[in-house]
Amino acid sequence: MFYREAGQYKTTYKADMAVFPLVQDRIGIIAILAIAFIGVPLLASEFIILSVMVPFLVFALAAIGLNILTGYTGLISLGTGAFMGVGAYACYKLTTIFPGVNIIVWIIVSGFFSAAIGVVFGLPSLRIKGFYLAVATLAAQFFLQWCFVRIPWLYNYNASGAIEVPERTLFGIAITGARATPEVRYLVLLSIVVVLAWLASNLVHGRIGRSWMAVRDMDIAAELMGIRLLPTKLLAFAVSSFYCGVAGACMMFLWYGGGEANDAFNVNQSFNVLFMVIIGGLGSLIGSFFGAFFISTLPTILKFGVPAIGIPLTGAFAEHLTHVMVGALIIFFLIVEPHGLARLWQIAKQKLRVWPFPY
Amino acid sequence: MKAFKWTIAAAFAAGIAAAAPVPAQAQTQDTIFIPLLSYRTGPFASSGIPIADGMRDYLEMINQRDGGINGVRIVIEECETGYDTKKGVECYDSLRSRNPVVVNPYSTGITLQLIPRAAVDRIPMLSMAYGLSASADGNIFPWIFNPPATYWDGASVMVSYMAQREGGFDKLRGKTLGLIHLDAPYGKEPIPVLQAMAEKYGFTLKLYPVAAADMQNQSAIWLNIRRDRPDYLYNQGWGAMNPTAVREAIRNNFPIDKLVGVWWAGGDDDARAGGAQAAGYRSLSFHAAGTNFPVIQDILRHVADKNLSRVASRERIGENLYNRGVYNSMLMVEAIRHAQQLTGKKVVTGEDVRRGFETMNLTEARLKEIGMEGFAAPVRLNCADHNGHNNVFVARWDGQRYVRDTDWISPIRDVVRPLIEDAAKKYAEANAGWPRRTETCDQRS
Repeated sequence: MFYREAGQYKTTYKADMAVFPLVQDRIGIIAILAIAFIGVPLLASEFIILSVMVPFLVFALAAIGLNILTGYTGLISLGTGAFMGVGAYACYKLTTIFPGVNIIVWIIVSGFFSAAIGVVFGLPSLRIKGFYLAVATLAAQFFLQWCFVRIPWLYNYNASGAIEVPERTLFGIAITGARATPEVRYLVLLSIVVVLAWLASNLVHGRIGRSWMAVRDMDIAAELMGIRLLPTKLLAFAVSSFYCGVAGACMMFLWYGGGEANDAFNVNQSFNVLFMVIIGGLGSLIGSFFGAFFISTLPTILKFGVPAIGIPLTGAFAEHLTHVMVGALIIFFLIVEPHGLARLWQIAKQKLRVWPFPY
Repeated sequence: MKAFKWTIAAAFAAGIAAAAPVPAQAQTQDTIFIPLLSYRTGPFASSGIPIADGMRDYLEMINQRDGGINGVRIVIEECETGYDTKKGVECYDSLRSRNPVVVNPYSTGITLQLIPRAAVDRIPMLSMAYGLSASADGNIFPWIFNPPATYWDGASVMVSYMAQREGGFDKLRGKTLGLIHLDAPYGKEPIPVLQAMAEKYGFTLKLYPVAAADMQNQSAIWLNIRRDRPDYLYNQGWGAMNPTAVREAIRNNFPIDKLVGVWWAGGDDDARAGGAQAAGYRSLSFHAAGTNFPVIQDILRHVADKNLSRVASRERIGENLYNRGVYNSMLMVEAIRHAQQLTGKKVVTGEDVRRGFETMNLTEARLKEIGMEGFAAPVRLNCADHNGHNNVFVARWDGQRYVRDTDWISPIRDVVRPLIEDAAKKYAEANAGWPRRTETCDQRS
């Protein structure tokens, strides 16, 4: 009734090809942004911001990165964790060598380091596909993680091999380090995520995105149509690793605030992000957000949210129960909708369009 | 199709319900809140469960026997970390608003994460004989306490012990000490001290890092150990890594009496895994094992007999790591008592407890009063020294339990302390904007 295109006439091609063709969608996205930028910092408690929103945004960014590679280009990667790590270590080195430059600049620049590494490990993708490529990227994961432990230069010869996040400011307000308030860190992270998600949306809806999808659907056909495979695949690796690298830098600097970095970027992290992309929906940006929410923040919500609404669960039992519930939910969603949460979202929107008269 | 709608509705409902802020538990007037970050799940659970039980039972015993600390009941809440840094920090964030008077992260990774936040949130942190060794410097880390000894003290005691066995420090020249360690900040902590001492005393240091993923698969590392034939092995391991190391030592015919674990490699289950041949395995320790102490008897009487303990079976009370949990909680309770004395208040805050830690003076007499005579050595802290660098002894597994094998061995302070102050200064430099100490120093009452 309220959500339909009736009466909205497109008079230009540009309007017809818009990412959000419906007025209601545009209102929706503005409302979400308003809630995220104004509502959350004003109303949510520090715990919600730090333990729910910040991890959600970091993983959403990483999931967008992997989705570009796996969902849009059809190249499977198990090296996401390591590429995130490259971003984090690059950012750490850059900000300790050049402390004068704003940290946000370094967070973004560290993505380029990650992109370069991603391109190197993406080179075999021209020859190998599918599971074999997964194994090649797994090698990247182990090699890079080995570097994070074995090359003390990367963590400035710290005795315990940990990264320490110094305090950095923007307009005199601390945005990293212990004195940065959760709200500030959240807003900085949110701004980065919004800008990069907007960029990603433009990329995948444009010529580059279409060539990625052509390669995904059938690479021989794509080649016959004049898409050069190597640059296209390498570009996908570069862009994907860029996003992962920025996500890793954000993770260390805006969320964790230092600590055991090499352990944070292990192969489990790679699998986690891969699960986010699969559960959220391959080849969908909104799916990346759904997947990140589902895999990274649902356990937290179950662990702390269930006792908060009055069901007493303690310690180890809550932990075991969380594992069981998240596992069951994953199986449930994969059975009812193998195309991920993004597909469910689409079906819901489709139904809303014709509601309340389904025929 | 209906199922979809329901799932979406359910998901939204769950999301909205969870978005509501966690209601702060009603803080009645006369309670003190002590959160326990513990781990009873995950790959390190075998070490984590006895410690969690010990910590909890001592506090429960104080509540049951004395009605709390000087009449103020302790509110105990466990939060499961699984030894995972992310989950541990989540626990901290969820408990922080309820005014805990002290936090135990019980993981070096979580400790590293929380160190910068302790001063900002004004909650003292007790990382008992773990965490960042450099945080023993109270001038730079006023809010962090790591008594009774740091890993660096432990490593220096290991070298002293080696000298004792060999008959003097001059006999160490030409010997080889192997360090088998978890490849994580915790495992790497002793390396700088051992390196410095290897240079000073002329022995060779060999490193055998074990990746967290390979904790139970150490055969490749033990091949290297067989090849290098170190004279002694120091084990800085945790969780499933320790029983594996003991088993591998036996399988590879490494003399078990020359394998010495740091205090965290001293779980009963760690040694038990090696069977009868594990007798002679050694581990550093700073407290006794067993139930032969009034404090443990009180726990049996007031907690275990009333079924208030979470231990799997009564026999596990008095195990080495269980008693370590008891010791940990005793330090917190004593710090709170000191804080109460110092401020004259009954219900103390985190800031008061920080001062309580700084003036902590556990004498022999006091240890006797709290039923710990012969259980542990005296601990005395001050504003500059948040550790005490207390004496440590070597415990030996006799096949059934840990027994004391040596006298108290003091750490080599003149090697360790300068390294600590240097590392603390470096830490403050690396963390630009590290706050200067503004907390005043109390006179001992």
